[in-house]
Amino acid sequence: MTAPNGKNGEVFDGEAARLVVNDLRATVSTGKTKSYEWRVSQLKSLIKFSEEHEMEIVDALRSDLSKPEFESFVQEISMVKSSCKLALKELKNWMKPEKAKTSITTFPSSAEIVSEPFGVILIIGAWNYPFMLCLDPLIGAIAAGNAVVLKPSEVSPKTSSLLAKYLREYMDNSAIKVVEGAVPETSALLEQKWDKILYTGNGKVGRIVLAAAAKHLTPVILELGGKSPVVVDSNINLKVDSLKTELTKFYGEDPLYSEDLSRIVNSNHYARLTNMLDDEKVSGKIVHGGQRDKAEVKIAPTILLDVPEDSLIMNEEIFGPLLPIITVDKVEDSFYVINTRPKPLAAYLFTNNKKLKEDFVRNVSAGGLLINDTTMHLAVPGLPFGGVGESGMGSYHGKFSFDAFSHKKAVLHRSFAGDASARYPPYTPGKLNLLKALLNGNILGIIRALFGLSKV
Amino acid sequence: MLEERERDIIKALHKDLSKPEFEAFISEISMTKGSCKLAIKELNHWMRPQKAKTSMATFPSSAEILSEPLGVVLIISTWNYPFLLSLEPVIGALAAGNAVVLKPSEIAPASSSVLKELLEEYVDNSALRVIEGAVTETSALLEQKWDKIFYTGSGRVGRIVMVAAAKHLTPVILELGGKCPVVVDSNVNLPVAAKRIIAGKWGCNNGQTCIAPDYLITTKAFAPKLIDALRYELLEFFGENPMESEDISRIVNLYHFTRLTKLMDEDKVSDKVVLGGQRNENRLKISPTILLDVPEDSLIMKEEIFGPLLPILTVENLEDSFAVINSRSKPLAAYCFTNNEEVKKDFVRNISAGGMLINDTIVHLTVSTLPFGGVGESGMGSYHGKFSFDAFSHKKAVLYRTLQGETYPRFPPYTAGKLGLLRALLGGNTFHIILSLIRWLKD
Repeated sequence: MTAPNGKNGEVFDGEAARLVVNDLRATVSTGKTKSYEWRVSQLKSLIKFSEEHEMEIVDALRSDLSKPEFESFVQEISMVKSSCKLALKELKNWMKPEKAKTSITTFPSSAEIVSEPFGVILIIGAWNYPFMLCLDPLIGAIAAGNAVVLKPSEVSPKTSSLLAKYLREYMDNSAIKVVEGAVPETSALLEQKWDKILYTGNGKVGRIVLAAAAKHLTPVILELGGKSPVVVDSNINLKVDSLKTELTKFYGEDPLYSEDLSRIVNSNHYARLTNMLDDEKVSGKIVHGGQRDKAEVKIAPTILLDVPEDSLIMNEEIFGPLLPIITVDKVEDSFYVINTRPKPLAAYLFTNNKKLKEDFVRNVSAGGLLINDTTMHLAVPGLPFGGVGESGMGSYHGKFSFDAFSHKKAVLHRSFAGDASARYPPYTPGKLNLLKALLNGNILGIIRALFGLSKV
Repeated sequence: MLEERERDIIKALHKDLSKPEFEAFISEISMTKGSCKLAIKELNHWMRPQKAKTSMATFPSSAEILSEPLGVVLIISTWNYPFLLSLEPVIGALAAGNAVVLKPSEIAPASSSVLKELLEEYVDNSALRVIEGAVTETSALLEQKWDKIFYTGSGRVGRIVMVAAAKHLTPVILELGGKCPVVVDSNVNLPVAAKRIIAGKWGCNNGQTCIAPDYLITTKAFAPKLIDALRYELLEFFGENPMESEDISRIVNLYHFTRLTKLMDEDKVSDKVVLGGQRNENRLKISPTILLDVPEDSLIMKEEIFGPLLPILTVENLEDSFAVINSRSKPLAAYCFTNNEEVKKDFVRNISAGGMLINDTIVHLTVSTLPFGGVGESGMGSYHGKFSFDAFSHKKAVLYRTLQGETYPRFPPYTAGKLGLLRALLGGNTFHIILSLIRWLKD
């Protein structure tokens, strides 16, 4: 799909990408995006857009993903609005330089850490939460005073064009741009020199982004994925039957046609998922669900029991409605199962056992952990959201978003008073002793050396 | 190790760099000891989980951020401060609970082998290994999957490191360089400013320091006074014959000696020398050299000098210096000497660099509460003090909930009542909340 970003449907190539970046750099050099007022105006515009076009956003998400309005509101629109509101509320605070303590070594002096925008940011969005995963990083980048190019995912095309249309209408076009497209457009963008890149997606493309960034020494945040495990302790009395019961309560007898269930995003992923299910080592392990409708691109919630650890379904991130359950003899054995695999973006544990909680938190590494629930840790702005190892690098949300897009510049202020002549050549043993004492913060040593120095 | 084998370390530094004992002690041994002591003092505190605030959205819940080791880290060090720049990151990595492979620079071979010998003797070999070598060995190391890579050196090799890291999705910290500018206002205590500039340039490994003042910018009117002050203080520091002074490092090797003399001898540059210019290839020495108003497109103004040559550029008004600096890539450090508060504010606001220092050079590196690192071409990531611990830690988010009932109507089937209530709750409007609650309960 070629992106009609220029007039008359021109192709967006390296040259076009370069022009976009140059435009944004010119804007940044005027200092406009640094001002508190500019950042506030952009964040307020984002809230306005989300409120004034809520139904269109819901419709776009329904078109791209058959996402229920409830999920679109709660998990996408509402999250974006509250990120904006948090940033608006805290921005003055975040922008303030942070005082740093100095020691006798540099006395007299004062130190601070100043947050500066990096400059021009590239944000590459994903298709599963196409609204939120584009705008949440955008909020952070704007709050930190940057100019941004946003590249929404082409796999969610209605949301992509909605974002392109309305961000052009609501935001400052000299600093915020949307470039639509697929691989060619993304490649053209990745050839340019950015001051930071935030990519949400998979590890394969994450590596491509990181390698492209390396050419320009561009720092990167990669929000990737993984197989997020859920350990369920026996003492909480959850059985496969309870899952079946709740599924029926949620989605009815015919879950394939429930309005409250998103569909599979497209036929590629549908084929990928049915492939996993149809694997002969696995198809016999289905204990619930398994129904599918190719025309509707739907697969019912499916539970599988004890699939082989070398099956396809256990070796790639499922990203779909299939839930394998692996059983072990003792619940502690599950840690070993998890730790033999790459570190996931999240790991979950359901238990009432305090010691098990402690062991889990101590021994399982993941981007984030949640005890006795799933996914909600993402809604805590005081927690950094990001991966580790194969699941990614860097994090954002809340103030972490502001920090993600800021350069923390160290500033030390000294005066001309109290110049320590002991630091200058010609080097003498007396000077060395005084400096040793100063560096140790050793007051007695300093006094001694000072007296000694007068003899040298 | 640092205390018992101080002499071995000083000897190695003298062999590799002719580094004066004073500099070796202050800038390498003492700084490293200080970092160790700080880490030992603070470690309990740093290792403690940090409580995080939760909101109504996840009530009831509690949250914390746990620091975890990343695992196995690769530290690639460099030649100009071979002990400091090897051990400082190692301290951070060990404090954060990682295992480490250290690859010291082959360009400082005596230091490299002393590091290997001492670290093997003093530190747990099952968790810290030193691999000596050059390009071949480094490439072999870079092919492996590391949990983090910390590299100090040039932008060219920094790119190679990052490309190699990309294959394994390994996060990196790159401590690179740049041309660190010094803006000098006429409103200064000139003798002190001159001393501090000289100490930062020639008093720190003879200009071979990533945060050394690379070039000065001052007004045309003030330049002669500044040069005179520098000339005077240089005499005080290094005497009539600086090539003979024991208090100044030599150029590390012939390659860099040749590189530097080429910078000095370039056409249209060689006639701008106002002080110094002497050189001795056999002893790898170049005297402190100052040049005035070299062309902006000369080689000496295009690459990081990393040696004893100090160009001074002049401008009409001091504010013009900002444009000169901002037209170049962001350096690791930027300095400004002035008593004028407005100039200080403008400098901090308008110049971007890894770090900045007003009215001195270099010493911001000793403030352990300040992150030390670059931006843009000068690098990514930072360390020192707690930032070192954080640099080698994964900050794992942990949220704790209970299994007691739900406060929210979050589950399907999604009804208008549930949606209405959530809208109200998320909108935070008490009246709406009550109304929606009533509606939902009626459902």
